[in-house]
Amino acid sequence: MNLWETLYRNKLMLAGSGLVLLLLFVSLLAPWLAPYDSGQIDLTNVLASPSMKHLFGTDQLGRDVLSRMIWGARISLKVGFVATGVAIIIGTILGAVAGYYGGWVDSVIMRFVDIMLCFPTFFLILAVIAFLEPSIWNIMIIIGLTGWMGVTRLVRADFISLRERDFVKAAKAIGAGDLRIIFLHILPNAMASILVAATLGVAGAILTESALSFLGIGVQPPTPSWGNILTAGKDNIDIAWWLSLYPGLAILITVVGYNLLGEGIRDLLDPRLKK
Amino acid sequence: MLKYIVKRILFMVPLLLGITIICFFVMHLAPGSPTDLQTQMNPKASAQMKERLQALYELDKPIHIQYWSWLKKISRGDLGVSFSSDHRPVADKIMERFPITILINFLSLLIIIAVAIPIGVLSAVHQDSLFDKIAGVFVFIGFAIPTFWLALLLMIFFGINLGWLPISGLRSLNYEYLAPWAQIVDLAKHLILPLFISSFGGLAGLSRYMRANMLEVIRQDYIMTARAKGLSERNVIYKHALRNALLPAITILGLSIPGLIGGSVIFETIFAIPGMGQLFYMAVMARDYPTVMGILLIGAILTLIGNLIADVSYAIADPRIRVS
Repeated sequence: MNLWETLYRNKLMLAGSGLVLLLLFVSLLAPWLAPYDSGQIDLTNVLASPSMKHLFGTDQLGRDVLSRMIWGARISLKVGFVATGVAIIIGTILGAVAGYYGGWVDSVIMRFVDIMLCFPTFFLILAVIAFLEPSIWNIMIIIGLTGWMGVTRLVRADFISLRERDFVKAAKAIGAGDLRIIFLHILPNAMASILVAATLGVAGAILTESALSFLGIGVQPPTPSWGNILTAGKDNIDIAWWLSLYPGLAILITVVGYNLLGEGIRDLLDPRLKK
Repeated sequence: MLKYIVKRILFMVPLLLGITIICFFVMHLAPGSPTDLQTQMNPKASAQMKERLQALYELDKPIHIQYWSWLKKISRGDLGVSFSSDHRPVADKIMERFPITILINFLSLLIIIAVAIPIGVLSAVHQDSLFDKIAGVFVFIGFAIPTFWLALLLMIFFGINLGWLPISGLRSLNYEYLAPWAQIVDLAKHLILPLFISSFGGLAGLSRYMRANMLEVIRQDYIMTARAKGLSERNVIYKHALRNALLPAITILGLSIPGLIGGSVIFETIFAIPGMGQLFYMAVMARDYPTVMGILLIGAILTLIGNLIADVSYAIADPRIRVS
């Protein structure tokens, strides 16, 4: 069965990958797609409602909302990918080590996971930001540093079931070292669940970033992000509905896209979960 | 049973220690020392004051001694004094806001249980029906929607366009002049949107979980046995299947507690509810470190207690757990 056939069979996944690709294009082509300069202030045209000239209206400084949202897509994806990357790397290494070695190494790592899971994630992120500056890099890394626990559990479970398999014994028999076995022999077999976790993780990271930016502790203005446009939406809630409606819709569509793709990949790779 | 509870509580001790270590680590993330930042914001701070603060936080001592004396302090319930202009003890500031946050989270949990379980069970019993499909879409959107955005939309629609519900605070300005029953109505009206928002995310998770659980239980042999001995479908589903499907949901509810508490920052800030979440947000914005640390610690301890309650309820409901 080739890729296209598979995609066609799973229409929801097709829709998800379509949305994900669309967003990727929008963020790559932002400089050409945005009708206006996203930082162009026009105080004579403040909070203008959507029109042919400004499809999604203008914000409190007269900037074109559509242009800011197009640039915001770039920020969202950047945060989503980097944060997820950090979480996946930490989660995979810790999960692989815990699952492969077992014993006290496993106990120590898993107790650490238990402890991290006690913290309401949003509290932990906010507390760390209170001590560091809320810059886009800090945000990405903090979201990643507080989001690896699920990946660790997943990878560990995979490693525990894989480490007793014959191919691992064979690799040991020919004298392969632990690192080689972990990364070259077992890890490729665990990639399926990591890929699913990564796809769903991007969605989660984008949601978290937007909430942080909305609260004013994420991506800082004047850099446009969907979350901080929504802050302006809240400040002008009684006069400018378009500032609240469109950026949120963009977040929703993005998250739906990544979730559909992630669940599609899971169904594809793990036939047991299919109904 | 008692033995099980004691075992669970003992198991909490290392977790609790771990929590304090992470909190302590976060506290030392700040570039420079906490006192630098405190004095930087205050141009009047003298070198002498800085020294006094240094001594107060024992920053001149080795790190393990700092940790030990901090641990001794927090175990007495002393979370330090707020950096904000009121200089009140952090523990007092948290305690006065604690009840409202707990009340909203508790009510949200009840709403989640009351709504999500029937949705999940009905979806499973009528698998692939129109209801199941609609519920599926609802669950999917529930996972993807930013709740703060949903809150904004509801505020615009119900608060501004229709004017039915208040959009901020817990009480109207004329609250004190209202009759007692009108006060309750007033409070309830203020709580509708925040409660809807705080329970929304959890609804999706639990209903999906209930559906999956119920589907699994329905396929078990004992359900077939129940059907085979001629019990009515109603009896089979609601007596035999539901009980077994409900058990694991207790754990899921326990796991949803950190999310609920974390979410309180968002909805309390949006709806201007004077709870712990709003205090946390204000403390983060003002870099009021003792308050930030205090709430972070309390949030984690609340989660720990929530998990303990979930584990114990599970053991009460399911004898297999406490025996093994």
